[in-house]
This record gives sequence, structure tokens and C-alpha cells, in this order.
Amino acid sequence: MTAARKPARASQAEQSVLLLLFFLITSAALLVSHNSDLIQQMGQLGAVLKNPIVEAVLVSLFLANILFAYLWRAHPVVKAVVALGSLLFVLPLAGRADTSLLDLSIQVMIFAALALGLNIVVGLAGLLDLGYIAFFAVGAYTWSIFASPRFSEILGYFGENPGANAMGTLALGAVSLVGGLGGYLALQKRRAEQVRPGAAWTVALGMIVALVAWFFLGRSVFTLGEQPWSLVALAALLLISGAVLVGQALAQARGRDVRGVLLSFSRVITALLGVAGVFLVTRAALVMMSGQAEGLSGGINPAFFWLFLALSIFTAAVVGVLIGLPVLKLKGDYLAIITLGLGEVIRVLALNLDLYSAGSQGITPVGSASVPGFNALAGALGFEESQYNLLFLYLLVLVVIVLIMLVNTRLDKSRIGRAWIAIRDDEVAAQAMGVPLLQTKLIAFATGASFAGVMGMIFAAKQTFISPESFVLNESIMVLAMVILGGMGSIPGVVLGAAVVALLRFRVLPGLGEASANVEWIPQQVNPSQLQKLIFGAILVAMMLLRPEGLLPSRRRQLELHHDDNQEDDSGHGNAGALGKGNAGDVYSPGLAPIKENDRSGGAK
Amino acid sequence: MDFATLSPFLVEVIVGGLVLGFVYAIIALGYTMVYGVLQLINFAHSEVFVTGAVVGFEVFRVLAGVNMNGYLKLLIALLAAMVIAGALNVLIERLAYRPLRNAPKLVPLITAIGVSLILQDVLRIIEGFQGRFDLTYTLPQGFAGPFCGPESSCAGVGSFLNTIGVRVKVTDIIVIVVSLVSLAALNYLVNRTRMGKAIRAVAQDRVTAGLMGIDANRMISATFLIGGALGGISGVLFGMKFGTVNAYSGFDPGIIAFTAAVLGGIGSIPGAVLGGLTLGVIQNLIGAMSVLGGVTGIANLEAVDASYQRIGAFIVLVLILIFKPTGLLGKSNVEKV
Repeated sequence: MTAARKPARASQAEQSVLLLLFFLITSAALLVSHNSDLIQQMGQLGAVLKNPIVEAVLVSLFLANILFAYLWRAHPVVKAVVALGSLLFVLPLAGRADTSLLDLSIQVMIFAALALGLNIVVGLAGLLDLGYIAFFAVGAYTWSIFASPRFSEILGYFGENPGANAMGTLALGAVSLVGGLGGYLALQKRRAEQVRPGAAWTVALGMIVALVAWFFLGRSVFTLGEQPWSLVALAALLLISGAVLVGQALAQARGRDVRGVLLSFSRVITALLGVAGVFLVTRAALVMMSGQAEGLSGGINPAFFWLFLALSIFTAAVVGVLIGLPVLKLKGDYLAIITLGLGEVIRVLALNLDLYSAGSQGITPVGSASVPGFNALAGALGFEESQYNLLFLYLLVLVVIVLIMLVNTRLDKSRIGRAWIAIRDDEVAAQAMGVPLLQTKLIAFATGASFAGVMGMIFAAKQTFISPESFVLNESIMVLAMVILGGMGSIPGVVLGAAVVALLRFRVLPGLGEASANVEWIPQQVNPSQLQKLIFGAILVAMMLLRPEGLLPSRRRQLELHHDDNQEDDSGHGNAGALGKGNAGDVYSPGLAPIKENDRSGGAK
Repeated sequence: MDFATLSPFLVEVIVGGLVLGFVYAIIALGYTMVYGVLQLINFAHSEVFVTGAVVGFEVFRVLAGVNMNGYLKLLIALLAAMVIAGALNVLIERLAYRPLRNAPKLVPLITAIGVSLILQDVLRIIEGFQGRFDLTYTLPQGFAGPFCGPESSCAGVGSFLNTIGVRVKVTDIIVIVVSLVSLAALNYLVNRTRMGKAIRAVAQDRVTAGLMGIDANRMISATFLIGGALGGISGVLFGMKFGTVNAYSGFDPGIIAFTAAVLGGIGSIPGAVLGGLTLGVIQNLIGAMSVLGGVTGIANLEAVDASYQRIGAFIVLVLILIFKPTGLLGKSNVEKV
């Protein structure tokens, strides 16, 4: 498909030479323009090179190397030399003189990982998630809370408010955790049809009794007095449980089957108990650790970074499952709006749980990690001490993104990847073919979330500052724009999309903004640096109208959008894909939507 | 605070919630009507609504020096907002949604998000050119009349109706009256006219409606026009209730109104009204919780501040979608292959 765009096919040797030349020229330009000594000596030319627009163009051209290395049919060795040379040699070298370049590269790769994660959810599994950035936030906060002064403040708080009995809390927490989890697993296996109605009722009532008992035990071991929320929560839970049970009793009176609902009710309660158990155990642990608050004023030991790297993947995936469980039954647009809502809920919680997240002030300074010997090595290579951390994170993020891309490629072609695509294309048919819907969707959610989680943590370590401001809805839409721009379902595509969006956002638009700030006839309101929403909105609309398969489409997606989009949608509501091909002439303007021409011919055959 | 002083306060909170609910209901109607015919969440509706608010503000500003009855000014503002917001909505449909009529469902949804972002920035630029970011509504003079209590001055926003110890703002009464009139007009339009019948037919089954000689495209445009006009009305009402509006203030009410539409059963007009009123009251009650802090037995609710109001709407949305996805008044819709 790439060759088709070039009228005369250059031979492999020619392309190899071209690629190498391009690499050398752009690298030289990048290195020169980021070397302030040279710039000074060059006088007039130096001033041109230092122009923010020129700089943005140079950086973009340099990054295009990697794209061309992927696209062109050059010799594999040349490709490898160009790609590795750019990433491991030229970029760090240029970054030594100008750390903002390293920062930008890290940002591009973080975005790429986010886009790859969202690509699994939206592009492969077809679940539009508008709250994706929440998982990024989860990863970021997982690390930031522990690796900053926040942690000692939390410990200090629990030292002052230990509650009645730390051991009792621990015991109750452990019991609820084990009991809730065990109960959940036991109930999970039961199918409603195999359970006697009486047994289902007994279990459900037992759950309510367990709930009440839990609250009264909780009252005695960790003093609810200072936490009136628990009382309100108990009242609300009992009210809801009561209402559900009464409603079910009425339904049963009308002859409907209630076992399924009773079982899922009991399942929810066991899950709640399990979650409560986690909270209690955490609380007890925090109270017991509170003596060490003084010693941890700078956060935990940086060596824990590696443990947390794994932990951030895990927590984000768990949050993904927890969010996914209730909402994945829903389809397309409902799912979009509800994920948007839950994403906002997580952000508002971060804004309001002052003790843990420091609210809108944000957490700072967030610690980072180091590897023994790395600093010495970086120093030997001529880096300054302030740059060590950035260089380290750059290399780390490079490794992580390569791993993520590997995982992605493997998943794409695996059984689960095919199941995702089957669900995306036709849920009912996929289910009929034996694809377990909820499970498959949950895996998509968890996988996508885990990529965001690990990158969230690296982001926190890079910024050393985290606040809810970084996780607004706009960011989710930005990631969506990357996926759309590159091509839903296409791995190289979304990486390209991420790079383009990141470059636009962090280099090109600010560059243009800086350049036009002093131009008289451009008013402040339309300064390009402020037009992000307009530009990314326009990208979304234009891509959807003109090239819905994206810049670098996956082959499957392209075929699908060009040949049979008329059969995709007309099942649901009886009229969605309607109006037929009959009067397609006045519905479509061919100039606006070239693909529809194929669509019409596709419909005609 | 004891319960004797609490009860009028609670009545005020609930009345305030109903007023808010009417604004949400009118916005929700814009979502629900478009969803009814196209099964599309028109994300841009929140900006259409803000456009209405901007137009209303401009009309009030231009007419500020004119010696004219305030109600007449309000009427002009409402009409202008209806026309412009309606036209904008039709334009959006024509340019952005119609070319994608047959595309997979996610495609127009993403387009709608894009249109919403574009409109936000355009609104910001237009207002920014005039040196404003926040529009501050100042209602015109002339709201004197039957609603005024003896002790209040009745000029502009701050006046109250004070009869049974419950204070109600004159603007709130205007919001309720305008909403009720719009609802009645909409009900007439949809249920009693030929065009309404045609719209309902298209919403039920576009192909069959086409076979019966109904121009589906025109009816879809008409739906967007009506939805946009409702958005315009709600924008002016929203501006009157809250006093200030900016380019981004469509997001929150937009989300809550959509939740209201889902709560009532999306596609159902009475459902949208019911949902809007419910959410308005719930939101106001959540907002009032922090004030209830001192009430014996309900200690320590200060923690529930206004930022939880939005969470309340989302939690309602999640619960509704999990337990009764068709909404309170919606019909179930089983997907077949």
C-alpha cells in the first residue's frame, strides 16, 4: 500500500541510499541546531535555525526518519541502523545540549503507549472509551503517593487517628478480604438455572446479615465515630439492598425468575466485602507503619521504583476491570458516555481526597529511580548531573514502549486479538460463534489500562509533579485523536498518530504561537498555541469524513471501510443504516467523502 | 440548625432543583430528539446550547439602552437564540453527520466530539475578540408586576417572591414559565402536526417512512432544527439562572442533561422532562448537604461539597444503565442479527 503511493518504484538499493542520506542530513541538522556554541558562531544562519518554527520542522523531520525506516523498502540492516541510530545515538546526543528534546521524546513515547492502549480498546475491540486517561492517572498516583512527602503525611495522619484497634482492624480486614473473595469465586461458578430459588434467597439474605454484622464489628474495631460516612453508606446500602429484594419479591410474585438477580446481588455484596477488606488491611498497615512517618519524609526508597512499575500495571488493570465490569454490557455510545463519566469521577475524587492526592495543589516532588552505575556512565558520556534522570527515563521509556509494541503485535494476531475484532465487527455474531463477550471485553479494558498505568507512573517520575489538571477529559480526547489519526487498529498507525499529535502539541503549535505572538495582525485569541481544541477537533472531524481508516491503516480495517460498511450497522435499531443506496446521490457529496464512491459500487454488486 | 428552620430551606432547595431541572429537561430534549431519529449522541449539543446563551447575552446587551418592557426583550432574546442555535444545529448535521449516515456507529460519534471541540474554540474566539471570556448576564429592567413581594425592589435578578416564607426568584419563575410553554409547544408540534407525525415515523423506521413518501433527510433536518431551538431556549434560561456563561460551560449541563435523557428513557420526550427534573432536584440536594452539616444525627457532611454534584449525576447514570438501561419511560430494544 505504501508502494502504491509512489508512482515509480525505487529499487531497494536506491531506497536504502535515500534513507541513509535523509538520516544523515536530518541528524546533522538536529545536532547543529541544538548546539548553542555552533549556533552562536553561525550568526545569521544560527538565528534562522533557532527560530521556533524552523526548530519544530527540524525535529519533525528528524523523527520522520523512524517513520521512513518503517515505510520504505530499504535494506533491513539500513533500516535498523537508521532506527537505532536515531533513538540511541542522535537523540540523546542532541538532548545533551537541549534537554527539552529528551523531554519531548519521552512525551511522544508516553503518548504512543497511551495510544496503543486505547487502540486495543477502541481500535481492536471497538469499545469507545472516553475516560481512558483515568488509568493513566491511576498509574501516576500509585507511584506519586508513595514516592513523595505525601506518604509521610498520610502516615502522620493515621498516627494521630489510629482508630480503636489496629490488630482488630487487620483481622476484620483479612476476614472480609478472604471471605468476600472466596464467596465471590464460589458464587461466580454457579449458574442461576442450577440453583434452587430457596437457596438463592438464603444466600441473598445471608449477605445482608453479613453486611450488617460487618458494620457493627467495624464500629467496634476502628471507631466509626470519626468516619460518619460509614453510617451513611450502611444506610444507603441497606436501603438499596432492601429495595432490590422487595422488587425481586414482587417480580417473583408476577411469575418471573429471580434467581439470577439474587445471585448477582449476592455476588456484588461479596465483591464489596472483598474491596472493604482491602481498605481495612491497608488502613491497619498504615496505622502500624505510622511510627516511621519521620523517616519517610522524602518518600519511599527509590529502589521500590521497579516494584511499583509492576504494581502500576496491576492497579491500572484492576481499576480497568472494576470500571469495566458494570459498564461493558453497554454498547457504543452508552459506553462512551459512561466511561467519560467514570473518568471524571476518578478525577473529581483525586481533586477531593486531599489526604491522599493533595487535591488541586498536586503532589510534588515525586521521586524517580536510578540504576547503580548509570550516573557514572552518563557522566562519562558528558551529561550533566541534572540530566541524568531524564536520560534514564528516556531509555526506560524506550524499553517499555518496545515491550508494549511487542505485546501489541503478538496480541493482534492471537486468539484473543481475533476475538476482539470479531466483537468489534458484530457482537451478536461473535457471541453466537462462542466468543465470551464480557471476558473478552474485560481483557481488552485491562490490557489497555495497564499500558496507561505504567506510562502514568513514568510520567509522574518525569514531571515530578502530579495534579488532577493532567487528567482532564481533553486528554482522553487527545489520545483518541491519536488513534483516529493514525488509524484504528493499526499499531504503526497509532504510534505515528501519537507522534504527530505530540509534535503538534508540544513543538509546532507553541512554535507557531511564539512566532506569531509579535505579529500585529494576528490577535491573541487566534494564537496557534491556544487553538488546540479547534485543531484536534478538526482532525477528528476531517479524518472521520475523509479518511476514517487513518493515515497508516491496518489492512483489515481498510478493506472493511472500503467495501462493506453498509452491512455493519443496520441491525441494531431497524433503521440505522437505512435510507438505502437508492438516493445515495444526494446523501453523499463525493468531494467530501471519497470512500463512499466505493461504498456505492460495493452496494451495487 | 434545627428542623423548624430547615423545612423552608429544604423547600427552597427542592424548588431550586426543579427550576434547574427544567433547564436540564429542555437541554435533554435536544439530545433525546436527535437520538430518537439518528441513534446518535449529539455531543455538539452542549455547544449549541452555549451558543444560545451567547446570543441571548448579546441581545440583552444590545437592547440594554432601549426603553422597552423587559419581558419583550426576553422574548426577542429567546427568539433570536432559537433561530441561531437551530440553524447552527441544522448546519452541523448537514456538514458533519449527513455524509456519515451509513458509516459504523462510532464514526459519527467521534465526529460529534470533534464538532463539539471546534465549536468550543470558535465560541471562545468570538467572545475573546470582544475582550470577554465570561459572559455576565444582566437582566433588563422591567420585570415588575404580579410576582413582586411588597418588600423587594423587583429590579433584575435579585428580587424574590415571598409569600409563605419561601423565597423564589422572579427569574426562576420565568424559567419555569418559559419551559412549560416550550414543552407545550413541543408536545403540540410532535404529536399534533403532520411534521411531527413524519418525524415520529422516521424515528421508528427510516426506510419504511421513506417508502411512505416522507423525505427522511428533511425530517432529520427538522429534528435538528427543533433540537437546536430548544438548545437556544435552554441557553438563555441557563444564562438567566446562573448569571455567567463561558465558552466551556456547556460541558457540565450537557452531561447532566444527557444523563437526564437516559434516565427518562432516551428517545422519550416525557422521559427527558422527568429525568431532568429528577436530576435537578438530586443535584441541588447534594449541593445542600454541606449546609446540613450541623443537623443532629447527620454529622460531618461538610465534606460533600459542590464538586460532588457532578459525581451524583454520573452515579445515577451508571446505576440506571446497569439496572434499567431503557430508562424510566423508555421502550426496550432487543438487538437481532
